[in-house]
Amino acid sequence: MSDQKDLLRAPFELAYNYKRSSGPLMSKFFDALAEQKILGTKSSTGKVYAPAAEFDPETHESLSDLVEVGPGGVIESFSWIEEPKHHHLIKNPFAFALIKLDGADTSMLHMVTECDEEDLKIGSRVTANWSATIENRITDIKFFTLEK
Amino acid sequence: MSEEEKKDYAESPINLEYHYTAGSATTRFLNQVKEGKIVGQSCPKCSAVYVPPRGSCPRCGVATNIEVPLTDKGCIESFTIVHIPIPGNPIVPPYVCAMIRLDGANISFLHLIQGIDVEEIRIGMRIQAVWKPKDEWTHSLENIKWFTPIDEPDVDVATLRFQES
Ligand SMILES: [Zn+2]
Repeated sequence: MSDQKDLLRAPFELAYNYKRSSGPLMSKFFDALAEQKILGTKSSTGKVYAPAAEFDPETHESLSDLVEVGPGGVIESFSWIEEPKHHHLIKNPFAFALIKLDGADTSMLHMVTECDEEDLKIGSRVTANWSATIENRITDIKFFTLEK
Repeated sequence: MSEEEKKDYAESPINLEYHYTAGSATTRFLNQVKEGKIVGQSCPKCSAVYVPPRGSCPRCGVATNIEVPLTDKGCIESFTIVHIPIPGNPIVPPYVCAMIRLDGANISFLHLIQGIDVEEIRIGMRIQAVWKPKDEWTHSLENIKWFTPIDEPDVDVATLRFQES
């Protein structure tokens, strides 16, 4: 058997450059982001899903009643990233957080930054910061920051 | 954004960077491939020959510690004609991916078939490796550009079935 140091080792990159069709409902969600609006969908039970959902996971009905939520919300859960890796969109320490936007009954995954880890609590109020470049994508919300 | 320019899709690139460590069996194999040699590994218990070798016999659960030099000739065990282009793939369809069973081996591996009309490719067809120029050889089976048919009678693939010795 060869020595560990003699083993061949090489870097690889696995990449798929695919396009995802947004569909009629989610297209409206992404288009609204370009206008700095976050949309959710309201089900017949009154529950608001945000980000917008195409179907109600409880009643299985198809959803089309779009309502504006946010841009403020509450942190429901978070995971602090002290040392971002090169593929992270934020280079300074930040948190991935589940954010329940005002007017919504569900939470959305996004990033929270411009704060210290100790500043973040479950229940902290945050608000959306918008990107200067509009791409009709979720990254049009640059990140969330703690409400002043 | 004007109505004409509006996209109904989102770019969703997926990207995974990783390091592959070959392990001792594959390292031995690839060091030979770099020299233009295909060396399989044989099971000391059932004598099955694996190429490319993974270091153990899945049937017997023992290390395949016997090196078996093989030729670059074999036959097509199975194949697919690819008609749909894959973004980023430089090969223009239609082209053929085939499971190649080298002479003396008990398993096959995936490679390209070229040098023949795709309609004429069949299971059992005899083929041989077409190598890249020697100065381009690396630790990769891509040293073989593709396999191409040779003028030998077809093999009955039923004879390729493993016989316990
Ligand atoms: Zn065996």
